[in-house]
Amino acid sequence: MAEGERKIYGVLAEFRSTGDLLHAAEKMHGEGFRNWDVHSPFPVHGMDRAMGLGRSPLGFIVGIAGTTGLTLFALFLYWINVYDYPLVISGKPYYSFQAFVPPMFAITILSAALAAFFGMLALNKLPRLFHPLFASKEFEKVTNGGMFISIEASDPRFKHDETAKFLESIGATSVEIVRGEA
Amino acid sequence: MKNGRPVNSLVVDEDNLIPGNPTYESITESVAGIPEQKQTPKAWWALFLTAVSLAGLFFAEIGYLFYEGTGIWGLQIPVAWGFAIVNFVFWVGIGHAGTLISAILFLLRQRWRTSINRFAEAMTIFAVICALMFPTIHVGRVWFIYWTMPIPNQMDMWPNFRSGLVWDAFAVGTYFLCSLLFWYVGLVPDLATLRDRATGKIRKMLYGLFSLGWRGSNRQWRHYELAYLVLAGISTPLVLSVHSIVSTDFATSLVPGWHTTIFPPYFVAGAIFSGFAMVMTLSIIARSVYKLEHIITMKVLERMNIIMLVTGTMVGYAYGMEFFIAWYSGNQYEQFTFINRAFGPYAWAYWIMISCNVIAPQLFWSKKLRTTIPVMFVASIVINIGMWFERFVITMSLSRDFLPSSWDYYSPTIHDIALLVGSFGLFFSLFLLFLRFLPMVAMSEVKAILPQADPHHHTEQIHG
Repeated sequence: MAEGERKIYGVLAEFRSTGDLLHAAEKMHGEGFRNWDVHSPFPVHGMDRAMGLGRSPLGFIVGIAGTTGLTLFALFLYWINVYDYPLVISGKPYYSFQAFVPPMFAITILSAALAAFFGMLALNKLPRLFHPLFASKEFEKVTNGGMFISIEASDPRFKHDETAKFLESIGATSVEIVRGEA
Repeated sequence: MKNGRPVNSLVVDEDNLIPGNPTYESITESVAGIPEQKQTPKAWWALFLTAVSLAGLFFAEIGYLFYEGTGIWGLQIPVAWGFAIVNFVFWVGIGHAGTLISAILFLLRQRWRTSINRFAEAMTIFAVICALMFPTIHVGRVWFIYWTMPIPNQMDMWPNFRSGLVWDAFAVGTYFLCSLLFWYVGLVPDLATLRDRATGKIRKMLYGLFSLGWRGSNRQWRHYELAYLVLAGISTPLVLSVHSIVSTDFATSLVPGWHTTIFPPYFVAGAIFSGFAMVMTLSIIARSVYKLEHIITMKVLERMNIIMLVTGTMVGYAYGMEFFIAWYSGNQYEQFTFINRAFGPYAWAYWIMISCNVIAPQLFWSKKLRTTIPVMFVASIVINIGMWFERFVITMSLSRDFLPSSWDYYSPTIHDIALLVGSFGLFFSLFLLFLRFLPMVAMSEVKAILPQADPHHHTEQIHG
């Protein structure tokens, strides 16, 4: 298939510095774009606010996973020690929970850690093997030192040349059309 | 105001974290360039072949152990715990510095940690792997090691959750998995860097696979940063809990010299102490072999030395306090144990421990000594020798227990020593592979602490 026939994914614009990127993001947000993103080699301080993003819900996911893990494990220990395999040790009660605190603590931590990891991946829709932006040679700079803004063609305000011009007007040093299926 | 810039309220003295005027690209070049080297350095091969032969010895010894049984070790009654537990505690302890650097120093916003956290975390993982080998092979019938985990079985049995050894299995297992996740989350953006720079097809595929399709987008960074913060937050209690639980192996027993409440904090301080010594040894080697003096700066090394001075002194305090409590308790068994430690058959080990752990770190009171590379290199090795002997001294309390007729002198056999040496082989093999194939410094984190990473950097220069 020839280049020109492939569906347009969106435009990719490069910026000079974190400062330019932040100001551009503020303007993008002000214009009311929706399906757009900022790409940088490290998280830029203040970018979430500039893009109008709230706090990640990951904290809730982790909190729920940790408490669920703790509760289930405590119940599991209760079932083992009281019903399934009661052991008399030094005449202690079957469910002397104090002695179970170390493993319960470990399981709580473990459930929370797994939730943080897999929750983060799920929220970020990762892992994925391919993304249309990877077709851009310029985009390889993003993990090195490049700062980019990408706008998807699916954005209701996306208008090919106008959007590209707009990006230049807010400080982009170069603008590129990226093709491919998202 | 400092150099025309407002001093950040939380981080004083941050202007020169990374000296020179590095750009994002120069950081990438000096870090990512290492795993991309076409020609593996000869020094690497020399170290790796040595390490891998020792690791071979380790596994050969394990094979022989499985064939013959734990009788090949110097264990006897009353010393039923010998090198295996000493090595286990030693290796778990090493790991703690990695977690302290990656979790606690992160929460305290000690931004100097960014240059050492990646390989300190790697060190943690490899040390915990070595640690987990020892209790596993110590159980004798190794095919029953799964009994430490609550796995349904045909005997309808469950582990005894009141046992310190089962606590250990949970604590150290969790510690390993959490450290691995934390390390991997930190690696993802840097693996993406290697993916984008990779030239060969196989490299591109492998780094591409493990970087999970990372695009460095802010919608991703938003969740990523919180995940990192959460992992740091939940790893923080692990720094304190894991070695505390390890210490309960000893403290919940009734052996004089073990049955004390000082054990958890004493073990944690010792763990951080020995771990920092190991990070120091490794970072001095890595920075000189790979010319990373501009990233792992003298300032970083100096701060690690100060932490060693503090924790070493805490360990010294614990040694003194143990003696005091033994005397103050009025318990003759307790008193005998401590007199016996210092003047009995293992006095040599006790005084090695005191000189290495209490006296050696006192050198770091001097600014000149704690900024001299050869001094800190030797001190870091000496400290680790001392910390190994600390665990040996504690374990050897068994050799003179309540019943004088069963007293005996424990000496390791050649197999005990081969396993100890071999575990270093395993550790260094894994560590060298890490240096060769993965970015040893967290590039994305180092870039984020450069002055130009601050979005207000340029504007302020213009106005100010």
